[in-house]
Amino acid sequence: MTQRYQSWGRYPKASHQIQTIQWPEDLPNDLTKQIHGALPFGNGRSYGDCCLNDGGLLLDGRFRNRLLAFDAHSGILRCEAGVLLADILELMTPRGWFPAVTPGTKLLTVGGAIANDVHGKNHHRTGSFGDHVHRIGLLRSDGQQLICSPDENTDLFRATIGGIGLTGYILWAEFSLRPISNPYFDMETIRYGNVEDFFQLSSESDQDYEYTLAWLDCQGRGKNLGRGLFMRGNHAPFIPQAQWPKHASRQLNMPIDPPFTLINGLTLKAFNTLYYYKQIRRSQCACVHYDSFFYPLDAIDNWNRIYGPKGFFQYQCVLPQESGQDGIKEILKGIARSGQGSFLGVLKVFGDRQSPGLLSFPRPGSTLALDFPNRGKKTLTLLERFDTIVREAGGAVYIAKDARMSPSSFRHFYPQWQTFKSFVDPGFSSSFWRRVTEESS
Amino acid sequence: MRKILIIGATSAIAQAVAHRYAQQGHALFLTGRDPERVATIAADLRVRGAVQVESATLDANQIETHQTVLDHAITAMGSIDTVLIAHGVLNDQQTCQASVEDTLDAFQTNALSAIALLTLLANYMEHNAIKGTLAVISSVAGDRGRQSNYVYGAAKAAKSTFLAGLRNRLHSAGIHVLTIKPGFVDTPMTAHLKKGLLWAQPDDVAAGIVKSIEKRRDCVYLPGFWWLIMTIIRAIPESLFKRLTL
Ligand SMILES: Cc1cc2nc3c(=O)[nH]c(=O)nc-3n(C[C@H](O)[C@H](O)[C@H](O)COP(=O)(O)OP(=O)(O)OC[C@H]3O[C@@H](n4cnc5c(N)ncnc54)[C@H](O)[C@@H]3O)c2cc1C
Ligand SMILES: NC(=O)c1ccc[n+]([C@@H]2O[C@H](COP(=O)([O-])OP(=O)(O)OC[C@H]3O[C@@H](n4cnc5c(N)ncnc54)[C@H](OP(=O)(O)O)[C@@H]3O)[C@@H](O)[C@H]2O)c1
Repeated sequence: MTQRYQSWGRYPKASHQIQTIQWPEDLPNDLTKQIHGALPFGNGRSYGDCCLNDGGLLLDGRFRNRLLAFDAHSGILRCEAGVLLADILELMTPRGWFPAVTPGTKLLTVGGAIANDVHGKNHHRTGSFGDHVHRIGLLRSDGQQLICSPDENTDLFRATIGGIGLTGYILWAEFSLRPISNPYFDMETIRYGNVEDFFQLSSESDQDYEYTLAWLDCQGRGKNLGRGLFMRGNHAPFIPQAQWPKHASRQLNMPIDPPFTLINGLTLKAFNTLYYYKQIRRSQCACVHYDSFFYPLDAIDNWNRIYGPKGFFQYQCVLPQESGQDGIKEILKGIARSGQGSFLGVLKVFGDRQSPGLLSFPRPGSTLALDFPNRGKKTLTLLERFDTIVREAGGAVYIAKDARMSPSSFRHFYPQWQTFKSFVDPGFSSSFWRRVTEESS
Repeated sequence: MRKILIIGATSAIAQAVAHRYAQQGHALFLTGRDPERVATIAADLRVRGAVQVESATLDANQIETHQTVLDHAITAMGSIDTVLIAHGVLNDQQTCQASVEDTLDAFQTNALSAIALLTLLANYMEHNAIKGTLAVISSVAGDRGRQSNYVYGAAKAAKSTFLAGLRNRLHSAGIHVLTIKPGFVDTPMTAHLKKGLLWAQPDDVAAGIVKSIEKRRDCVYLPGFWWLIMTIIRAIPESLFKRLTL
């Protein structure tokens, strides 16, 4: 509890005043006078500082967790923004409904899913979370409650999707779930050798598989560069309930902060290699529960503590298709050279659609996500180098994962930021926003 | 299926309890001060699976309205077999010390209003031979008076003692009386307090409440470790206790 108001990467550190928002009347009415204004806080599953407002106010909506209406014919759910995706899953999968889009954690709120316009393994098919949002109830600092949708307050709707909490407080949202016949997935895991193989597999699979993604072994070099496990899957077809596979959820915990990071070159190498060879056969099929399919990391509470008190960075970028392969190789080589291994590498090809939000991250191309323990300047320099690669390739870095991109990189990656600025509520601000807009560059 | 009446349905702990009952498909009657908030919570419980959700506006301190609201609930639900009384305020000790009016107000909300409701509800169950449950949220604060919050604590103590007597009286009628003593719970009531290791989430406390109702327990500390803490605190001799800053 004491650690609630920090981001998942536990960097940067920030201190806040907290205001709990259970009802609209709980919003303080003089936010524009508040130093640094206010920022909504979901569940702190963003890695960087987009959910922090150092020295200012955080609006915690964890008690706004009510489901307001569900239409069992269309699958449209209206709920308050503090509802966790985990609660929706628990309640709705037994009734045959599943989130249209889910990221790699279920411990995020609906507000956070909209404000970062999150994506999942099915982006190539279904787009991002915002693509399935029909209406948003938005509370502005002047007390106005606005309904935003593709027909009403359209521009504000577009700004609020991916609006990183700056356009006002999302009170509730209405969005579509998709029908399923059971909570299981047919999943195939394929061991592949290098970056080229990944792209080959991906283009073969995206047609027939709704969900695709690869885990990278960042220790691979030379002709093994980018080797890993490619996972592809679909919702399992009808299975009589009596024959559902056993699913026992086992929850582990990282109960303490180790005084230093447990991730060093040696442990990493062992881990990644083991992970890669865990699967002896080239390909393996299984019918798995959604918890194992989407949320393997959620099974370890507080796994982020493994990186020690200094925290860690996640780096996620997207590179356009044309320059993608080269860019990804360059980044992977950079990691190998730096000796700053990444614990987890994730690679996925996005679909060719335009994202719904003004500042949305997903765009056509391939996206790479990597973790780095915080080793101070050394790590920052490395990530800055990656930014240059991404800039030159015409890509972008994901705000939800960022704690360090420079103002000038931000403006490159998100040229619409000027338009976005006009929708920012004058009573709202964040550490991220001040970092990328206030410094001179 | 239970037919559950909740007094103070907007309380975070009560909402977490109601979530669990709704998901199990029970029927609920909600009361609270603000009709719009109560309606929002009712909508939530319907989506979660409650077979029936009804509601009425009730300020527990308006004792003259109790009978009407209870009659309404009984008519709407057919009968009531499970009651959760959850309303309360964490009054400011300093303000109460300085004001007789505030002290009596705190007693009104945290003790007298519940005592009034329980009198009516106990008689209702007894007369109708309903072997149901009366569950009431008291507090560990009622176990011993401390300078930092004895007005709140004394009101909770009155509630706990009243419940002990009621349990004794209703035992032969097969009516279950549950005294719930939560420790520190992270709810809007305590949003202004600094949180530490001893703090529990409303959903954890709710799980304990549902289980205690099911098992027809008499008095529970939630989470359970508070039993140990309060046993130690109660054991300190008064001659020593009065010198402590607690
Ligand atoms: C293990 C793990 C895996 C992940 N996998 C993915 C992935 O696959 N794809 C992906 O896209 N992301 C992924 N993420 C990132 C995560 O989905 C996003 O950062 C998400 O926004 C977190 O939501 P949250 O509820 O925790 O909100 P927070 O992190 O607390 O806040 C996120 C943003 O939402 C805003 N916000 C929250 N509530 C409201 C509200 N009510 N009104 C207005 N604004 C609000 C905040 O101000 C902030 O800007 C992953 C994170 C983790 C820890
Ligand atoms: N949180 C803790 O640490 C803790 C510890 C021990 C015991 N408790 C007890 O647990 C119970 C629930 O509290 P909580 O923690 O869930 O806090 P909460 O969310 O603040 O709930 C308190 C509720 O009491 C209601 N209320 C106050 N006066 C009322 C009145 N006159 N008539 C009707 N309703 C009234 C409030 O209704 P409105 O919405 O209308 O304001 C509010 O919903 C209380 O009895 C409290 O004393 C809490």
